[in-house]
Amino acid sequence: MSSLEATETRQPVASEWSGGRAPFGVSTYKFGMWLFLMADAMTFGGLLAGYGMARLASATWPRATEIFGIELVGLMTLVLIASSGAMALAVDGAKQGDRTRLIRFLTLTVLGGATFLGLQAYEWSRFTAGGAGLASNPWGVPLFSGSFFVITGFHGLHVLSGVIYLTVALLMARRGGLTAGGTEIAGLYWHFVDLVWVAIFTLFYLI
Amino acid sequence: MEAAIRSERAARGRERASRSHHEPSFVRKYIFSTDHKVIGIQYLLTSLFMALVGGSMAMLVRLQLAWPGKAWPVLGAVFPDAFRDGVMRPDFYYALVTMHGTIMVFFVLTTILSGGFGNYLIPLQIGAGDMAFPVLNMVSYWLVPPAIIVLMAAFFVEGGAPGSGWTAYAPLSAVEGSAPGSGLGQTLWLISLALLMVSFLMGSLNYITTVLNLRARGMAMLRLPLTVWALFVAAILSLLSFPVLTAAAVMLLFDRHFGTSFFLPEGLVVGGRALEVSGGDPLLWQHLFWFLGHPEVYIIIVPAMGIVSEVLATHARKPVFGYRFMVGSLMAIAFLSFLVWGHHMFTSGMHPLLGTAFMTTTLIIAVPSAVKTFNWLATLWRARIRFTSAMLFAIGFVSLFVTGGLTGMVLGSPAANTYFHDTYFVVAHFHLVMGSAALFGVFAGIYHWFPKMFGRLMNEGLGRLHFWLTFVGVYATFFPMHFLGAAGMMRRVFSPQVYGFLQQLEPLNVAITASALGLGLAQFLFVYNFGYSLFRGARAGRNPWQATTLEWYAPSPPPHGNWDEAPPVVHRWPYDYSLPGAGEDFVPQTAPEPAVVLAGGAPAGGAAGGGEGA
Repeated sequence: MSSLEATETRQPVASEWSGGRAPFGVSTYKFGMWLFLMADAMTFGGLLAGYGMARLASATWPRATEIFGIELVGLMTLVLIASSGAMALAVDGAKQGDRTRLIRFLTLTVLGGATFLGLQAYEWSRFTAGGAGLASNPWGVPLFSGSFFVITGFHGLHVLSGVIYLTVALLMARRGGLTAGGTEIAGLYWHFVDLVWVAIFTLFYLI
Repeated sequence: MEAAIRSERAARGRERASRSHHEPSFVRKYIFSTDHKVIGIQYLLTSLFMALVGGSMAMLVRLQLAWPGKAWPVLGAVFPDAFRDGVMRPDFYYALVTMHGTIMVFFVLTTILSGGFGNYLIPLQIGAGDMAFPVLNMVSYWLVPPAIIVLMAAFFVEGGAPGSGWTAYAPLSAVEGSAPGSGLGQTLWLISLALLMVSFLMGSLNYITTVLNLRARGMAMLRLPLTVWALFVAAILSLLSFPVLTAAAVMLLFDRHFGTSFFLPEGLVVGGRALEVSGGDPLLWQHLFWFLGHPEVYIIIVPAMGIVSEVLATHARKPVFGYRFMVGSLMAIAFLSFLVWGHHMFTSGMHPLLGTAFMTTTLIIAVPSAVKTFNWLATLWRARIRFTSAMLFAIGFVSLFVTGGLTGMVLGSPAANTYFHDTYFVVAHFHLVMGSAALFGVFAGIYHWFPKMFGRLMNEGLGRLHFWLTFVGVYATFFPMHFLGAAGMMRRVFSPQVYGFLQQLEPLNVAITASALGLGLAQFLFVYNFGYSLFRGARAGRNPWQATTLEWYAPSPPPHGNWDEAPPVVHRWPYDYSLPGAGEDFVPQTAPEPAVVLAGGAPAGGAAGGGEGA
């Protein structure tokens, strides 16, 4: 070990946490998005815990497979997960500085989100045409359809916000005003919304 | 090439700097400001105003409890709908109780501690120029006045303000016609809280990011003042607990207006009318509410603990005893606060085994609380205490926290709780430990940081008089409530004298009301002192208390951007008071380590730097 190295190692190494820099190495906005998503996860957690308690306390509960068309929901889930993949590719494009790639995959993501919303509207309309509503459920306990509409509706609002958010991002990207960091933050939100859908899909449709 | 870019950047920086010298318009500077100091003061003043409103409601409540059925012609003339022939109506009484609780918990203590002190102190104490998200910060404040207007509007709508209490228990809050004010008033209450929840979300997101990312060079986490630690921990609690209340509020709104029945059980009869609902459970509301509600009381008390630690050390001229344990106990309290919500529900119908589990977690909170209390006492031990107004209120906080905290141990036991639940014993407990103690933290903070905020000192003589009247007034008002509760007087009862076994309590109730009125009047001393000192107080200078933390390095009041000289660089922990051998009895955090030489020539940094003062 040379003497130069020895003196350098004796210098107090400023740690990530010793002030003057962001300890996680992420931008302020990205960190803010992470915190928002943690809070939002707690909101969904509260709703799903309420749903769980209602379901466990109920003597009977309708069998999901008899009510939902699993093919349709499977398609919705597939579309949403595929849009997450497209989002990841868009982020990758933004990081490479490849604007065409960014715009192409961001467009696909927006289309995926919009398709999901369309399919959900179709599913809801089929469901309500069968006589289901917030207070009524032809297949048994009304709380089943009540919690279904409230929770999938709350999630749908998140998808809608995401579609608007990503559309704005897309317009910015077309004008060259979208940074790689900004794309990544939008991607975080979009992946979170997809992840929540997986939880809802599991809890309502599968088990 | 690189040099060219750098010089261009420097030019842009200069341009920005010269632009910031332009005086912003009045509206941008004082109303829709993004400056954390202005926003903090906005929160502070709004909350103090709401404290007057909420406090006046408590006075009306006390009038009714001391002299039920008495006619008050003047009040009847002021509030014609609330009084019948000068006698207070029961529905108005319940509205007062509900709104007093809601205002004091959410619109006074939470907004003033996290919103007021959090905004004002965090950037200054960590050496930043502003918050991480200044615009979000501005929006967060400007959601509060609309929330207040919507809340107060509940008094003026059909059916009046809600009477279901600050906890809004279902089904009282879920079914129209189940309680006075359960119509539009309850809906407005929910909308108001929804606005506030969005505001708190933006606020806590901002505080956490700021503390983690914007600390000045050298400001390691274990060099943060305890105020910042406390505000940081409270922000995490707020970020994780309020969203659950948001979820509950969404469900309650659907129950109220769209026919779902999350909180409504089968066979519910309201006002002789059987409701066509099924499957829900009112306990679900209680679980969700208290999952927020219990962390919420720590969102209030934790920042007060931080302020008190700071004020005690500064005015006792001693390092905080056990700094690392103070930080650790804050975290322990915060973590445990998510596991104790069930102790509010012992009598709601709970499996005894579950009750025992909640009892255990509840009693464990006494351990970190006792760590804090003994550390405060050890900080005071053999100190050369300066009995300033701020210091008196900080010591008062410790007293109230102990008095109120001990009854928490009683209430935490399911067996004792079965007897004391929903009696005045509980009212005494939380008014002492959370209401009054937190308020004492607020007063200590205001007396301490007023000079920094406004550049002038508050009047110390008036401040001390304010302390003694408030201290005696708080004990005289809330301590006897233990006896009321032990004698069986129910919380929220409209007219205790209707019950034979409560009639003997009338003299005590009259005495409590007299103390409460005195306590309320004493606060006008503070209002006068605040207003007078704002314009006529003695000039404070940068560092009137000879304190060590970074905010005292800035001018009083600090300019836009906070630092008139170079941004501070931190070299030591925040509590270097009375270092042996140092010239003065305080060493600012900005003082480089070799600058202070101990007797014998050993550098001071080794002995007390880095937070090992414990």
